[in-house]
Amino acid sequence: MKKPQSKPYWNPYFAGLMLGLLLLMTFFIMGRGLGASGGEMRLVTYILSLVSPEHAQANPYFAKYLKGGSPLKAWLVFEILGVLFGGFLSGYIHGRLGFKTDHGPRISNKGRWLLAFLGGMTMGIGARIARGCTSGQGLTGGATLSLGSWIFLWVMFIAAYAFAYFLRKQWI
Amino acid sequence: MIAPLYKLGYFGFDTSLIFAFIIGLLFGYILESSGFGNSRKLAYQFYLKDMAVLKVMFTAIVVAMVGLLYLNWAEILDISLVYVPPTILNGQILGGVLMGLGFVIGGFCPGTSLVASAIGKLDGMFYVGGALFGMWIFGEIYPFVQNFINGHPMGRVTLPEWLGWRPGVVAFLVILMAWGLFKVAELIEKKFGEIIEGETPME
Repeated sequence: MKKPQSKPYWNPYFAGLMLGLLLLMTFFIMGRGLGASGGEMRLVTYILSLVSPEHAQANPYFAKYLKGGSPLKAWLVFEILGVLFGGFLSGYIHGRLGFKTDHGPRISNKGRWLLAFLGGMTMGIGARIARGCTSGQGLTGGATLSLGSWIFLWVMFIAAYAFAYFLRKQWI
Repeated sequence: MIAPLYKLGYFGFDTSLIFAFIIGLLFGYILESSGFGNSRKLAYQFYLKDMAVLKVMFTAIVVAMVGLLYLNWAEILDISLVYVPPTILNGQILGGVLMGLGFVIGGFCPGTSLVASAIGKLDGMFYVGGALFGMWIFGEIYPFVQNFINGHPMGRVTLPEWLGWRPGVVAFLVILMAWGLFKVAELIEKKFGEIIEGETPME
């Protein structure tokens, strides 16, 4: 194992405890949970509405986000802004800032970037189909014991293990 | 019952956006501190080398679940006012398969890719670009796929309601399951483990 060059990551159980308490606090204050992909969807809708407002209005999915003012004036948009700041703050405090690409030894940086883009695209489509990502469905739905979210969570974990073999050259 | 504060009208929408930013900030801080700005650490979950994803997720789910049930029992928080993601089987199953695939191809989920980008990870930035592009594609094809992905809707239904069991019983089983998963994860790490404990120098 290589020696870490930065401060070590948190113990995962401690990190889970902190994340659980934050999730509980969010339920207490807002009556809703955490999310990430919903905020990104609003950003996409906003950009599209600048490029082609008629096109965005004509599509039922985008139009839904354009009702009632700017799609950016939304809870999840402000939340993911906070996520960016919080991530940066932690990276700064723990000495982990820097331009870098993480991957296994058998793939180049460029190959990794291509796969990161394609994986993001697959996840982006999937997250809208499922109506939420690991945060919105996994954490929020998991803690509120939503039937569909628990089904989702297991399907996602099992699918990731099933496909992992085909992607092994990127990681190990 | 004094909570959820927002739903009971203690403050308005504009103030809720300030809370959104603060909550997001803590969320991002916790994810980065967990090492989830590192795609290798996340992907190692699926190669049985580092089980941090499972440990963090299920610990968080258990803590928040127990807290919610306790606050409801103590008549502090009205659980019926808390948003429960609706069950729509087609969307959640197809979306889950695509997201499992996207996770091992891309090495992130949407939240963690934002955190990775924030600390300068280039693969994180490509991933965010891909996710935004994918969401645009989804919007464009939505009119053609909406009938399928909205199929088998069941509304707001929880495991206790669906099983007809008391919430406390289901919660106890979830805790038991999480404990079992943690035990298995520890065994796996002992056998195959290659835990990434911090940022490593570039290969």
